[in-house]
Amino acid sequence: MRKVAIYGKGGIGKSTTTQNTVAGLMELGRKIMVVGCDPKADSTRLLLGGLAQKSVLDALREEGEEVELDDIRKAGYGGTWCVESGGPEPGVGCAGRGIITSINMLESLGAYEESEGLDYAFYDVLGDVVCGGFAMPIRDGKAEEIYIVVSGEMMAMYAANNISKGIVKFAQTGSVRLGGLICNSRAVDNEKEVVEAFAEKLGTHMIYFVPRDNDVQRAEINRKTVVEWNPDVPQASVYRGLAKAIDENKRLEIPTPLEIEALESLLMAYGLMDAA
Amino acid sequence: MATKNKSVQREPADIKAELLQKYPPKVARKRAKQIMINEARQSETPAITANVRTIPGIITMRGCTYAGCKGVIMGPTRDIVNITHGPIGCGFYSWLTRRNQTDPGPDGENYMTYCFSTDMQEHDIIFGGEKKLAAAIQEAYDLFHPKSIAVFATCPVGLIGDDIHTVTAQMKEKFGDCNVYAFSCEGYKGVSQSAGHHIANNQVFRHIVGENDAEKPGRYRINLLGEYNIGGDGFEIDRIFNKCGITCISTFSGNSTYDQFASAHTADLNAVMCHRSINYVADMMETKYGIPWIKVNFIGANATAKSLRKIAQYFGDKELIDKVEEVIGEEMPAVEAALKEISPRTGGKTAMLFVGGSRAHHYQDLFAELGMKTISAGYEFAHQDDYEGRQVLPNIKLDADSRNIEELEVEADETRFRPRMTDKRMKALEKTGFKFKAYDGLAPDMEKQTLIVDDLNQYEAEKLVELMRPDIFCAGIKEKYSIQKLGVPMKQLHSYDSGGPYAGFVGAVNFYHEIDRLVNSKVWSYMQAPWQKDPQLSASYNWE
Repeated sequence: MRKVAIYGKGGIGKSTTTQNTVAGLMELGRKIMVVGCDPKADSTRLLLGGLAQKSVLDALREEGEEVELDDIRKAGYGGTWCVESGGPEPGVGCAGRGIITSINMLESLGAYEESEGLDYAFYDVLGDVVCGGFAMPIRDGKAEEIYIVVSGEMMAMYAANNISKGIVKFAQTGSVRLGGLICNSRAVDNEKEVVEAFAEKLGTHMIYFVPRDNDVQRAEINRKTVVEWNPDVPQASVYRGLAKAIDENKRLEIPTPLEIEALESLLMAYGLMDAA
Repeated sequence: MATKNKSVQREPADIKAELLQKYPPKVARKRAKQIMINEARQSETPAITANVRTIPGIITMRGCTYAGCKGVIMGPTRDIVNITHGPIGCGFYSWLTRRNQTDPGPDGENYMTYCFSTDMQEHDIIFGGEKKLAAAIQEAYDLFHPKSIAVFATCPVGLIGDDIHTVTAQMKEKFGDCNVYAFSCEGYKGVSQSAGHHIANNQVFRHIVGENDAEKPGRYRINLLGEYNIGGDGFEIDRIFNKCGITCISTFSGNSTYDQFASAHTADLNAVMCHRSINYVADMMETKYGIPWIKVNFIGANATAKSLRKIAQYFGDKELIDKVEEVIGEEMPAVEAALKEISPRTGGKTAMLFVGGSRAHHYQDLFAELGMKTISAGYEFAHQDDYEGRQVLPNIKLDADSRNIEELEVEADETRFRPRMTDKRMKALEKTGFKFKAYDGLAPDMEKQTLIVDDLNQYEAEKLVELMRPDIFCAGIKEKYSIQKLGVPMKQLHSYDSGGPYAGFVGAVNFYHEIDRLVNSKVWSYMQAPWQKDPQLSASYNWE
């Protein structure tokens, strides 16, 4: 089983990209479990066709020790297992601790057992690696393969660079590696080039370039992944391509994060190329 | 103990060097500033570093901020329900662990023997503990209908950001007849329990003092601040006050009640025992209500007599002055008789005191009465002014850790500020050598060339005992057994082992007997572990 975590700046499209990619992988015949690590519990909405999921922490609260696997995971599009870790309301408690608890719970309930026949476990993690709890999926080998969703925008690349620092930290003691950058285009100037250059400096590669397309939005309004909503639109092929790229990816590296100055000069070189 | 006599001869500078020898250079540099050889000093700038973070790796004698707030200041008040908001261990291990005694009074309202905790679980950490806290407050209210409920934050509460002050304010409003308030005294705040004292002082002043304006009867009405009634100390002091005709409106906080705090602003003098833990409240009451404060000490018969005379002198009433002299005259013969019998056996012996933020100072008076010399002393959580006197206060630099603790802005109360004494009389009193708001500190009272060590640790304690071989070592429970294993008697001055009271006249006599018993017993020096007698242990298999 490959254990994959998707990180990236908040709002960059992690959940959308994850679910659409998972749909593509499913088409390739892969058995997948998606674990949403966001207190909002909206990481599996497109696969499930709605937000009706009971989160691990909700179940734990209601059932106490009596929780069973079927209480917390639900089959989504194409039989993909969907799990939401859940968490406290905004402004109270500790969401990080919640993620730690729910991943431990999944493990002890046997969600990752060989008998489950999983090819992939996907973790979709909220925002930046803000504290220990959000680093949980990349600690202790919970996830071994990280993909960072990024765009050509400065703040997205800053975040990606920061996340890479977290990966370096845990790579030294564990098995986690960076699998590549997924560029979720924001249609900035020279976007593909700057992300490719950035990836190279990070010691990885841009595994796929996802162009901006309103069909993603349309599918989302229909609570579906693009592949499910309309298998024939060009964007469906894009996600199939990304799924295939991940499925075939052999490049797993310990990243080499950039100093802030180096990152800024990279942005300056590409961002102002046309103006010069 | 063949080396005993030789080792006592060492120079203080050599001892200091030897204490520091084991440390890495950086640690040694830091610790060197906290170990002072007591000498006459010209400058008023602090010479010892205190109230700074303990260096990681050092096994400190200190406690945490929660311990200082809940354990020391708020713990001894009998009719406030104290709820620890946090995991059960913080509540359980702080449950009546100090020997604060209490008299349940005619109403019998006494919650000190209970242990209240919200028993936070992992689930409360994740989802926040506010609802559970509100439920706990409600439960305590329904069960006991107390006058007041106090809530104490433990470390995780600060980390997850439970808004305990809003919860308590809402519950207070809901109940109407119960004052509910909270202390943000998370254990990690500050460098020692001292931060917890300050936080407790602030909230007591903000939420309780001034709540009850009813005039209390009594001619000479004082508050006794910083007396915690360990082993019944407060009972003995109350006995003496009663005999003298002095009315104690409130004690902070030994054998106290909620209403005592609420009425504290009606007293005419604040007498401060433990300056370190409670001077904040004394200062704030002076600014807001016009009550002057003086330093007193009821540890030691002479110190007790001196403090009583000081209180009488403040009121300046001949009747009180005469009565105080009469009481001293009645009490001293028993003290003198005890000393006459005991001091020949204790005279010339040596003591070490490492405890608290006042105790290591106060108890030197008792040892002096026994003819014993304090060769080394220090505090766990004191600040520089506790070592050197209040005059160094303006020279102490505020560091980030101290700034982290709230400093209340206090102004004179519009209706209730009432100067207790005219400026003229205050000046006249001061001319006779009477000191308001003054505290000398430990260093000036100790002999020259003695060793003063701040925040002593396990290693240094054992080393000091080994090098100086005192006849008795005084500290707390954490040090007790390691010191006794070195063959030296150990007296706990936090909780008095199972003894007390040691305050006042009766207490002094108790202490003389206790110290006589300890320093003249050879029991610890006869103790030898099997491997000390015979380092080579041998055995055989039982099938051979």
